[in-house]
Amino acid sequence: MSTPPIIPMQETPKARHPMAEAWEMFRGNHAAMVALVVLTLIIITAIIGPYIYPTDPFDMVWAPFSPPGVDGFLLGTDYLGRDLMAALIHGARVSIVIGVAAAFMSVFIGVTVGALAGFYRGWVEELLMRITEFFQVLPTLLFAMVIVALFGASLPMITFAIGVVSWTAVARITRSEFLRIRELEYVTASRASGAKNGKLMFQIILPNALPPIIVQAALMVGSAILFEAGLSFLGLTDPNVVSWGQVIGSNRQYILDASYTVTIPGIAIFVTVLAISLVGDGLNDALNPKLRQR
Amino acid sequence: MSEPLLKVQNLRIELSLRDGIAPVIDDLSFELGAGESISFVGESGCGKSMTALGIMGLLPEKVGRIASGTITFDGEELTTVTQKRLRAIRGNEISMIFQEPMTSLNPVYTVGEQIAEVLRAHQGLSKSAAWNCAIELLDAVRIPNARRRVSDYPFQMSGGQRQRVMIAIALACEPKILIADEPTTALDVTVQAEIFDLLNELKRQTGTAIIMITHDMGAVAEMAERMIVMYAGRNAEQGPVEQIIDHPRHPYTKGLISCVPHIMATLNDERYELTEIAGIVPPLREFGQDRCLFASRCNMVSQKCLDKRPPEAIFGDGQRAACWHAGAI
Repeated sequence: MSTPPIIPMQETPKARHPMAEAWEMFRGNHAAMVALVVLTLIIITAIIGPYIYPTDPFDMVWAPFSPPGVDGFLLGTDYLGRDLMAALIHGARVSIVIGVAAAFMSVFIGVTVGALAGFYRGWVEELLMRITEFFQVLPTLLFAMVIVALFGASLPMITFAIGVVSWTAVARITRSEFLRIRELEYVTASRASGAKNGKLMFQIILPNALPPIIVQAALMVGSAILFEAGLSFLGLTDPNVVSWGQVIGSNRQYILDASYTVTIPGIAIFVTVLAISLVGDGLNDALNPKLRQR
Repeated sequence: MSEPLLKVQNLRIELSLRDGIAPVIDDLSFELGAGESISFVGESGCGKSMTALGIMGLLPEKVGRIASGTITFDGEELTTVTQKRLRAIRGNEISMIFQEPMTSLNPVYTVGEQIAEVLRAHQGLSKSAAWNCAIELLDAVRIPNARRRVSDYPFQMSGGQRQRVMIAIALACEPKILIADEPTTALDVTVQAEIFDLLNELKRQTGTAIIMITHDMGAVAEMAERMIVMYAGRNAEQGPVEQIIDHPRHPYTKGLISCVPHIMATLNDERYELTEIAGIVPPLREFGQDRCLFASRCNMVSQKCLDKRPPEAIFGDGQRAACWHAGAI
């Protein structure tokens, strides 16, 4: 008589933290993981690059229009003989700082407007959503140009202009999430245990509304970088700081003679924005519970 | 008898609908003494939950309002009190547990944080004191290994455990009244019994009065001393539970009681045919009419029932039934 086979005890699947599950999901998305690595490298470059490559991007270091790789300049020099490598490394900082700061600002405005509108409903919602629609129908680039042209092309003003024209999407997303969540039972339960409106809005509902807002914010960093590049291309930029868009803008007359002066910073913008978009897309898949079951 | 803890008089709650205003609660009066427990019974859509939300001041904004009547809690008139005072009462002196334990906890906070939050808001406890108190409360609602489970998120708990957490939150500030809105409907039968035991025991320990809202006659018999049978926003019958189950004076109550199946000890026992109450609760827009709203489903209906709303007939021990034929049943 043979002994009965030992059946291994089934490990009961333990309920896991939603964030752990989201990370699992994100890790499975190869494009997003590659993009995350690229983005990390870009951010590290922006932070420590200027110390490792201290050449001033405004210094005329060599003859103009020296092509990449010639005369010891990896990316060549521009029309004034300035080192493009230095411009790229130092410009990363400005581009990313503007992108992040503008995204923060639009999230701040958008969340406030959307939260108030979605929570209080009634005339508050009507008023705030009409204002949102007003901002939505304005041509954004034109509006940002007007602000920068009127108040001066300094870094904070450019950030402000980008933030002010791009918060509407966040406001609408926040409002729709609030409209959904405010009717859920745990909000009523919190109300029944005496929570004040401010607490309901920002401590009870907002944390539950965050996932789509985070995704939108990530995508907005990319579009803010593009926006800044667009403004600098048109010459609306702080002349005292170097950014990728500004390098493209100042070299645009020589696009036919020395195309690399425009192409190289263009590729930098392209890669950065693409990486941010892919990470944002990965976050969207990871944080959206409806996609998780597929 | 001294002044009751909660006294509701001639309460009328109106909902504005697309085609006019409907009284979801129509002329409801009842009293609740300290440490007492009463049950609201009735089918869905009879206004049981609306009564609870009305007492808490949580009627759906811009849709529901208290049109007339008074709700006196501990000498204080709740229908006219300020929002600020109402917030201080909610969760502290009157608290509520809900039907769906799966969705009534906030998914982004640990259960400990959610219990501690109420304590900090109402009792001004420090963070660590509130946390320790949360552990004690989890222990009190018999969640095993409370010290470890306190930092669990709601999704890590089962339905029964979540309902226990809800009870812990509701009882954190030792309220005078606990309103339980169908607390066991979403749970399976064995868990239901455990939750009832728990509520009964906590009631004994803390002296909290309980208002139970249910459609389960078995739950009423288990939990309450007095019951209020509601039909279409009106009081159909109220009085001591045993007396009503023994001798209902309203055809609706009678119907509800005969709907409950009995488990037979042996298979040979004679089994009663389960009866049902034919028809459905009338639509909201018919709620205010001056007639007996149960008439369309009643087998004792007479012309009088269709002409005039029946007054409450009063019997011994506080049993009251709103039926023209109450004496004949």
